[in-house]
Amino acid sequence: MTTFYAIFIDGMIYASWLFLVAAGLTVIYGVMRILNMAHGSFYAIGAYCAASMVGWYFSDFDGNPYLSYLLLIGCALVAGLVVGVVIEQGLLRFMYKRNELLMIIITYALLLILEDTTKLAFGVDPYFTYQPYALLGRSDIGGLAFANYDLLLVAVSAIIGLGCWLVLNRTHVGKVLRAVIHDREIAVAMGVNVRLMFAGTFIVGTTLGALAGALTAPSISVSPGIGVEVIVLAFAVVVVGGLGSIEGAIVGALLVGMTRSLAVHLAPQIELFVIYGVMSLVLAVRPQGLFGRTLARKI
Amino acid sequence: MIHIDRSMVGLAAATLILAAAGGFVPDWLAFILTLALAKALVVQGVVLQMRAGLVSFGQGLFFCVGGYAVGMGGHFFGINDAPVLLLAGALAAVALAAVLGLLMTRYRDIFFAMLSLALSMILFGVLVKSSELGSTDGFNVHPATFFGLSFKTEAYKTALYLLTVLLAGGGALVLHLVHHSGLGRMWEAIRENEIRVEYLGLSPRWLLYANYLLAAAFAALGGGLTALATGHIDPEMSFWTTSGEFVFIALLGGTSHVAAPMVAAVLFAFVRTYAIEFTPHTWQMILGFVLLGIIVFLPKGLWSLVRSEKRAKA
Repeated sequence: MTTFYAIFIDGMIYASWLFLVAAGLTVIYGVMRILNMAHGSFYAIGAYCAASMVGWYFSDFDGNPYLSYLLLIGCALVAGLVVGVVIEQGLLRFMYKRNELLMIIITYALLLILEDTTKLAFGVDPYFTYQPYALLGRSDIGGLAFANYDLLLVAVSAIIGLGCWLVLNRTHVGKVLRAVIHDREIAVAMGVNVRLMFAGTFIVGTTLGALAGALTAPSISVSPGIGVEVIVLAFAVVVVGGLGSIEGAIVGALLVGMTRSLAVHLAPQIELFVIYGVMSLVLAVRPQGLFGRTLARKI
Repeated sequence: MIHIDRSMVGLAAATLILAAAGGFVPDWLAFILTLALAKALVVQGVVLQMRAGLVSFGQGLFFCVGGYAVGMGGHFFGINDAPVLLLAGALAAVALAAVLGLLMTRYRDIFFAMLSLALSMILFGVLVKSSELGSTDGFNVHPATFFGLSFKTEAYKTALYLLTVLLAGGGALVLHLVHHSGLGRMWEAIRENEIRVEYLGLSPRWLLYANYLLAAAFAALGGGLTALATGHIDPEMSFWTTSGEFVFIALLGGTSHVAAPMVAAVLFAFVRTYAIEFTPHTWQMILGFVLLGIIVFLPKGLWSLVRSEKRAKA
């Protein structure tokens, strides 16, 4: 029974982290049809900004420790906004006419550039900011201790998931976005400012990526290479669920998170590749992912 | 009857010149060229797929299989002859591709890219967890013999260089013929419009299957040569950034001529050697900007600069 609890709660925690990481990727793909390889870099930038700011807050600025959470989120929003605006306005908007495959390569180039930019800006030494993580203490669930910060992450992730869904399905902007997703040309013909929608979506996507990084920063050591590791996980989640679908990302994250948790507890030697195993299996059966739309073939 | 064209003469001449140069180029240069040409073989496979409209972000899978086949052949089966090991690696890769190809040929575009990435990451995960194969550290490759002849350090390097030059040159010649054969033309047709190829009564799936197997064999040869040259293999060979580098070199050269991947791989190796020495922390950034520059200004790769015949601009 204890193992079951452990598997379930670990799985939930991991799944919520996966969803945080994948949300921005799926939003950008859904609207813009760009499979963004640089998403991991946004995650890394968010993590670095948060780690350095929060580290400074605790060492040099003796404020209320609970305010560090606000700082964490604030950093992510600012970083995501700045990076999003610069990249969308400075590069991507000139590239929109190119095909999906080339867009992968363009964002791959972006990833290479951003990786080194982060190294130049933050150095290559790891950052540790355990304070926000340790501050919340631990709770006892069924005889097992879990960090409250991790449990809080589950709630935050649920809120973000719900928020994305509500915006997309219950607001005017969401309706317009769905029109763009469904048929870009007709949306333009109906007077939708697709360029504005694209810019907005991209900025939201980068901010979600940066937020995921910032929220993860307290529980890891922030060092070069974290973005490159994260991007393939995010791909796996998004592809399992169906590219561009929020519901899909939630289900994909749960599926991948639970499977990994099962593997960690029952068969640790397969832990590293079970994620890609799930991804390959789902793609073999449903190439468009669990929630993906099948497209009609056009000549 | 094979029609001998200018490209073939040029390739043969370049191969001979490179091979002859092996006698007097300094060691470090021969080493860089060996690695670059080995990599060029892998890139030939990536270009082969690009000509059919597929981009693989997981060619590291077969690169790694080739490398590990060479390493394991020496360690566990006592086979030490380089050509035999390379052949074994290529066969292993083709066998694996024959199974995976059944799945992969159902996918196009980003799905092909993503699934190939996932498959190579599975191999990465397996290797990292196999302690018999040295986990993340990998293991050292035994020095090999060449057709039964064994060489001492200096001569060994030269022998390996010659083998690599011959394989890279020979491989390019074979691919040149393939590109201009009916099969090669059909791959291009699939890239342009797959459904029309179906209307012509051909099966794009089996055409791409053949493409996938051939690309895998080339990747394994490159992997095997890299393993022999560096004397070491590790799971990093299957990590997706390795595959990303192959895609980079493929785009750098362009897909219009079989010599392009070789030129691009050599250029890449030199730029990298010097860039890492002078600006270790901005090396990737330079790569990124070069990649963007190529996509924007030279979408057909560097080779479009050296093409002599003038083509009407459409």
